[in-house]
Amino acid sequence: MANKEIEDDNEAWDLVLEPKTSWYSLGLSQILRFKDLLFLFVRRDFVSVYKQTILGPIWFFVQPVITAITYAVIFGMLADISTDGVNPILFYMCGITLWNYFSDTLSKTADTFTANASVFGKVYFPRMIVPLSVVLSNLVKLGIQLLLFIGVWIYFLATDNTLHPNITILLVPFLILLMGFLGLGFGIIITSMTTKYRDLKFLITFGVQLLMYASPIVFPLSLVSEKYPQYKIFLLANPITSIIEAFKYAFLGVGEFNWFYLGYSLSFTVVLLFIGLIVFNKVEKSFMDTV
Amino acid sequence: MSKVVLKAINISKQYRLGQVGTGTIAHDLNRWWHLARGKEDPYIQIGDTNDRSTKGDSDYVWSLKDINFEVKQGDVLGIIGKNGAGKSTLLKILSQVTTATTGKVKIRGRIAALLEVGTGFHPELTGRENVFLNGAILGMTKSEIASKFDEIVNFSGVEKYIDTPVKRYSSGMMVRLGFAVAAHLEPEILIVDEVLAVGDAEFQKKCMGKIKNVAGEGRTVLFVSHNMQAMSSICKTGILLKNGLIDEMSDMNTCIKKYNGLFEESVLGTVSIKDRLNRSQSSGNILFSNIQAFSNGKKTWDFRYDEEINFQIDCEAREQSDGLLFYMALLEPLTTDVLTNFKVVVKEGPVVKGEKLSFNITLPAKTLRIGQFLLYFAIGDAKQTRWYDVVDNNVNLPALNITAIDMDPHYNSGMFSIPYKLNINS
Repeated sequence: MANKEIEDDNEAWDLVLEPKTSWYSLGLSQILRFKDLLFLFVRRDFVSVYKQTILGPIWFFVQPVITAITYAVIFGMLADISTDGVNPILFYMCGITLWNYFSDTLSKTADTFTANASVFGKVYFPRMIVPLSVVLSNLVKLGIQLLLFIGVWIYFLATDNTLHPNITILLVPFLILLMGFLGLGFGIIITSMTTKYRDLKFLITFGVQLLMYASPIVFPLSLVSEKYPQYKIFLLANPITSIIEAFKYAFLGVGEFNWFYLGYSLSFTVVLLFIGLIVFNKVEKSFMDTV
Repeated sequence: MSKVVLKAINISKQYRLGQVGTGTIAHDLNRWWHLARGKEDPYIQIGDTNDRSTKGDSDYVWSLKDINFEVKQGDVLGIIGKNGAGKSTLLKILSQVTTATTGKVKIRGRIAALLEVGTGFHPELTGRENVFLNGAILGMTKSEIASKFDEIVNFSGVEKYIDTPVKRYSSGMMVRLGFAVAAHLEPEILIVDEVLAVGDAEFQKKCMGKIKNVAGEGRTVLFVSHNMQAMSSICKTGILLKNGLIDEMSDMNTCIKKYNGLFEESVLGTVSIKDRLNRSQSSGNILFSNIQAFSNGKKTWDFRYDEEINFQIDCEAREQSDGLLFYMALLEPLTTDVLTNFKVVVKEGPVVKGEKLSFNITLPAKTLRIGQFLLYFAIGDAKQTRWYDVVDNNVNLPALNITAIDMDPHYNSGMFSIPYKLNINS
C-alpha cells in the first residue's frame, strides 16, 4: 500500500492545479490544443453580427466611407486642415481603416472578462482564446475594409498623379500586425485590471476617442512638425503615430517614414504584449471570484 | 487496485463577504504590502467556517476548508450536502473555473466539466453552428464533433430545427441540444453538476442512462445533485460536505443516510426538542417540547422487529388554541418519499395558554421490517385549518432503526408487513 502510494506520486500527473503559477507558464500549448475553438469564435463573431440583415458584410463598407466623407467635410473643408496634398477622402480613409482595427480590437478585448463571465464561470478553456479571436475577427473585417480602400486608392492612382506609392508597401502586413497587437496588449491589461475595480472602464470609452486625436488620423504629422515642432515629441511617444505615418507613406507617399520611430513602436508593442500576457495569465485563474 | 486519477490535497477556498468598494482596496493594498515583503497574507489566517445561518464576525469566510480526497479510475463519486455546503465551489476548483486559495489538485487524463448545459450558445446561430461552438468550448476538436454530429442530433431529438437559430427554440429544446453535445464528450474524468434538474421526465431518464453508460465504460465521474434517488443508483462512493468540511466519505448510501440525519442519535437522541437548533423559526400556538421513542419503558431509537414501538410526545401551548391534531409520517431514508402516514385528533376542545399536553402513539410489533425510517411529526388545530409545528430530520430528529436477530430471510426485503388471511377451499 505504501509502495503503491509512492508509485502513484512518482508517476507523472497530467495536470496539477495550484493557487500560484510561475509567471513564465503562459500556456501556449493549451492555446494550440484549443485552436478549433479559436476559429469557431472568429466565425461566430463574424457571422452573428450580420444575421438577419440583407446587405450582410457590405455594411463593413458603409462605416469607413461615411466616416471618411464626414471627416472630409468637417476637418478638410470647414477646418481646412492640410492633407499633405492628397485627396481628403483617400487621406482620411487611409487613416480610419487602420485606426478602426486598433480601436475595435482594444475596446472589445478590454471587456473580455466582464462580457464573458457567464461562460468563463461554467467551463474552462484558455481564456486567451477570446481576445485572440477578437484580434482575428477584426482582422477579417479590416481585410474587407482594406479591399474597399485599395479600390478607391487604385481609382485615384489612375486619375491623379499626386500619389507616390513605394516599396515600403511591403511593410503593410507588418504594420497591421503591430496595430492588432497594440490593441490586444492594451485590451488585456485593461480587462485584467477591471475585474475587481471597474473604475478604469469609464476611462476606456472616451480614452479611445481622445487617443485618436493624439494620433495622426485626421491631420498629418507634417502639420505638427511645421506648426508646433516642440510638441512633436509627445505625438511620437504615442506608438500608433509612426505606424499610421508609415502606412500612409506606403500607400500615398506622404507622411514621415522613419525606421527609428517604427523600431520604437515595435519594442513598445512587444513589451506591452508581454506585460499584458503575464497580467492576464495571473488574473484569469481567479477572476471569477471578483468579477 | 486501479489507478488514482484525481487527488485533492488540502484544498481550501476563502471568499470575501460584502461588496467590492473602497473598503476592499485597503485590504488589497495591505495584502500586497505583506506579500511584497515576503510575508504571509494577513487575511489567510482569519475567516469563519461556512455556516450561512449564523452571522459571523469576520469579513472572510472559508467556503471550503482542508478538503482531501482521492478518486480512482472508474469510480463514480457523488458529492452531496445542503445548499451552501461548498459543493459547487469544489466543482469549480476541480474544473479549473477558479483556483483554490490553498492546496493542490492533481489530475491524470483529460477532464471536462458539465456545470451547465449549452454554455456559450449564441442565440443568433443555428443549432448546427451551436453544436460545433459548444462542443469546442467543452474541449472537443472540430473533427471529433463532425464525426459525432449525427449521433448528437439524434440524441437531442431536434433534427427538424437544426438549421434554425437557437433563439427560436423552446427552452427545453435548447437544454436537449446542450446535453446532447455534452453527453458525447469523451474525457477520462467527467464532472456533472445538477444538470438533470431540467428537461422533461423522458429526457431526464435518457440523461441518467447516458451517465450510467459513461461510468460503465470505465471512465471516472464526479456527480453533484440533490436528487438522492439518482445519486444512490449511479454513484458507488460518496462525499458528504457540511459547512465546507468533509462530513462523511464512504459508500454513497451511508452518505445519503447521514445527510438525511440518520446518524444523529448518538449525540442528539437525548437532547430535548426544545433545545435543538433551527427551532427558533417555529411560531405556532402549540409547539412540540419533546418527542421520544420507547421500547419496554427504555429510551431508544433502535427497535427489534418484534417489539412494539412507542412514542411519547409532549406539547406545550404558547397561545390559546382550537384543539390539537397530531400527524405522523414515515419516510424512505434515501428518497424521503412518504411511505405511510396517519393523523388523529388528540383534543377537540380549546387548549388554554400554558397547557401541557402529553400523549403516546404505539405502532404494533412486526409491522415495520428491517431498515431505517425517517420520521415526520406535525401538529395543528383540530379542524386542520392551520399547522402549528413540524419536527423532522431537519431538526436532527433521529431515524427509526429496525433490526432483527432471527427472522425469516424472506422478510428482509420490503418495508412493511401487511395483514393477510388464508382460506383453504378444499
